[in-house]
Amino acid sequence: MTERTRSDCDVAVIGGGLVGSAIAWGLAQQGQTVAVLDEGDVAVRPSRGNFALVWVQGKGLGLPEYAGWTKMSSDTWTGFAERLQEQTGIDVCYRRPGGFLPLLSEEEMERRAGQLRRLHNQPNVVRYDYEMMDRAAVAKEMPFIGKDVVGASYCPLDGHCNSLKLLRALHSGMSLSGVSYLPHHRVERIEPRDGGFRMVTASGDEVRSGKVVIAAGHDARRLAPMVGLDAPVRPERGHVIVTEKTAPFLNFPVGFIRQTDEGGVMIGDSFEDVGLDTTVRNGVTSTIADRALRIFPLLGKLNVVRTWAALRVLTPDGFPIYEQSTTMPGAFVATCHSGVTLAANHALALATHIAAGTLPDEFSAFSARRFHVPAVA
Amino acid sequence: MTDLKPRYDLAVIGAGPAGLAAATLAATRGLSTVLLDEQAAPGGQIYRAITRSPVRNPNVLGTDYWHGADLVGPFRDSGADYLPGAAVWSVSRTLDIGLSRDGAARILPARHVILATGALERPFPVPGWTLPGVMGAGAAQILLKTSGLVASGNVVMAGSGPLLWLLAWQYLRAGARIDAILDTTPRENWRQAMPLLPAFARSGYVGKGLKLLLEVRRKVKVIGNVSALRAEGDGRVQSVVYRQGNGAEQRLPADTLLLHHGVIPNINLANATGCAQSWDEAQRCWVPDVDGWGATSVEGVAIAGDGAGIGGALAAEHRGRLTALDALHRLGAIDRATRDRDAAPHREALDRALRGRDFLDALYRPGKDFRVPADDTIVCRCEEVTAGQVRDAVKLGVSGPNQTKSFLRCGMGPCQGRLCGPTVVEVIADARGVSPAEVGYYRLRPPVKPITLAELASLPKAEDEVAAVMHH
Amino acid sequence: MFQRLPDAGGERVSFTIDGQPAEALSGDSVAAALIANGVGACRTTPVSGAPRGPYCMMGVCFDCLVTIDGTGNQQGCQIRVHPGMRVETQNGKREIER
Repeated sequence: MTERTRSDCDVAVIGGGLVGSAIAWGLAQQGQTVAVLDEGDVAVRPSRGNFALVWVQGKGLGLPEYAGWTKMSSDTWTGFAERLQEQTGIDVCYRRPGGFLPLLSEEEMERRAGQLRRLHNQPNVVRYDYEMMDRAAVAKEMPFIGKDVVGASYCPLDGHCNSLKLLRALHSGMSLSGVSYLPHHRVERIEPRDGGFRMVTASGDEVRSGKVVIAAGHDARRLAPMVGLDAPVRPERGHVIVTEKTAPFLNFPVGFIRQTDEGGVMIGDSFEDVGLDTTVRNGVTSTIADRALRIFPLLGKLNVVRTWAALRVLTPDGFPIYEQSTTMPGAFVATCHSGVTLAANHALALATHIAAGTLPDEFSAFSARRFHVPAVA
Repeated sequence: MTDLKPRYDLAVIGAGPAGLAAATLAATRGLSTVLLDEQAAPGGQIYRAITRSPVRNPNVLGTDYWHGADLVGPFRDSGADYLPGAAVWSVSRTLDIGLSRDGAARILPARHVILATGALERPFPVPGWTLPGVMGAGAAQILLKTSGLVASGNVVMAGSGPLLWLLAWQYLRAGARIDAILDTTPRENWRQAMPLLPAFARSGYVGKGLKLLLEVRRKVKVIGNVSALRAEGDGRVQSVVYRQGNGAEQRLPADTLLLHHGVIPNINLANATGCAQSWDEAQRCWVPDVDGWGATSVEGVAIAGDGAGIGGALAAEHRGRLTALDALHRLGAIDRATRDRDAAPHREALDRALRGRDFLDALYRPGKDFRVPADDTIVCRCEEVTAGQVRDAVKLGVSGPNQTKSFLRCGMGPCQGRLCGPTVVEVIADARGVSPAEVGYYRLRPPVKPITLAELASLPKAEDEVAAVMHH
Repeated sequence: MFQRLPDAGGERVSFTIDGQPAEALSGDSVAAALIANGVGACRTTPVSGAPRGPYCMMGVCFDCLVTIDGTGNQQGCQIRVHPGMRVETQNGKREIER
């Protein structure tokens, strides 16, 4: 038996973003001792740049299990938010008024209707309500829509939260639950050791744990192979615009436009394959602004106070990877680009399975084996 | 107004001494040059309203102020285009300048860019500093220069640094009354400053500065060694509470409280452009990394004047000319030898202007209690975040300002960290027991000044930029 | 409280503050004009509702935000007052259509 150090723990979670901290918080609620290994102030951090939707509609075409997984998270989000608030006093402002995806042409309407039909016609797919709304129906809820809006798809399960408050609540909750949060711990190596794992950081620190969860976003690609796992993720840049605080006027999240609880209007998004470059391109934000004004012309006078770009963590098919290593049991990988939507699942369901040491059979759909890439050690 | 050319050899941003001097030299020597400035008239802050000040008696503002007029005349004759009232909200690495004027935004390309964005007053976070009636001393000076307005009723000035004394002197000249000056200069600063005194004694500051100081001290009650300060009032400032050293709290009635703790570079545009910056221990602020010609880490972008480190108005002028000469060289208008030869007199003048500066830096460095305020003090005015909240975030493991921004929103408001960044960094550094250099600074992005969504939407878009949004 | 130097030059400009007639000097920024008219607090904040007035007078602090000619959140210190201008103090968050 090696000498225990302060960092010794049941589980080491690599990554302190929304995925890692939700899992770590969840593990701590299961009575596990947990350490979270994170980088410093400046790092590639999608969790600090996301759009904060808790979004269900349209997700899971091509992987019906993902539709079910998403709906389950949405259904448990209220309870999750309540538990966080009870523990930390932080209201993460989760609201589930239903969400609209605005559509600007008949062609967009048809394409969207077809997508949703195909999604919901998949065998064994979870059932829930959604609706294709015409312009008049959308205008009933939001009379200020622009003339270009032809209609929208609507799903009553969609909602949003304040994702920065969520991140803070998770970190606050971790602290209150005894999780050791270790910033400036960029992991260089993971090695099996004494039936558990040893992590060596860039500055030469060592952390030992019984289990390890790789929830390191883009860095999962580098780390997963160290424990016989595979996480072929790539960055996809998205831009977001936020306006000054405005009196409440928008009651629903509208796809890529939403008003935050603090009053700012967030407008996204874009899709670029540019590596780890988070430079903002004014032509991209301009295009986003232009489309937003076609949907809600009354946004035009609002002042933009910030724009930013963040990097989605995307697998080849866009669906998550959750997997335990077969060659080094006790090592897990969790990666997805919906860290907000799936936070409830990560904290409540996934963490419970990791604490128990087994991912149930239904998780096999989320194995990286689906990419037919043999895992390399 | 000037009709803008579709593209310029050189765009200079900011019409203070550095920008005026840079644009004048560059345009005179043949570069197609545009000077973009947020204000309605040239002069920057130091020579604010130099062409149209309503203050008729020249003795009120003093000869150093009126020197600004010497820069404006040659600029007008230089052939440079001038665009006042233009807020520059972005400079890209490809040297496309995003500007907004009269509610319309546009992109102006240039082959070379000189940022001359000057300085702003160092944040002076004390309890109550957000109350109406509490202002920067620099703000009061702008009111005097631009509108001939002086504070009336009970007026208290507090802080440290040359500008505070200059304002007091100008107020006295204008016939205004000052109840008291609360001098926060820490006594121990003298120890650090003394070895630097000989160089200062040979500088141009010393005679003028001393005379001004004595005149103010003769006429105004100066309360020294002030170690703590707060503003109190219901809806606006009504009194100032302070302590001398470890003494008991004292109270002064105040209708206006003017705060000053020196100036620091206005780095937001340079930071958002991607210019590397470093912590300057002597001036206790972040300063963009520049070489002797003002060149930054971004190809084609230079910084002149106080925006690249505080040197004062005269130094700014000379630094402006040096960056302009380097721009001429980089754009192929002059060879290296010509640049170096022509730079020589400006370098000499710059050295003279900077002489004694480190004495002022050492003497007027704000005391720690003012740089690292107590828990109940608001540090982020926009999002109303206190120093205590920042410390709580550090306890959670947050190690730098970009994470406190995510956790607390400090720095996310419209001022984009200008009024909280230096303090947040100092508070985190103090709580972690490391240097601000290790803590880092906010990563800023355009727009550094707000533009409307309609303005943003109106900008030109490349095909791939449209595709990045619309193809999904 | 601020007062004008007795010999300050410039033409008088008439404008309104919250509908009440007011006077400024040409060249005054809106923020200076408010201060000259004894208006110290020009808005309440969207976060806590605390009163604020101009602080920096040079465009960096955004505390002098006011509604000008019907458009909210304008930087009072960066805009010159002009004859007939309608300046309104603000309460909390701006409204979407103004």
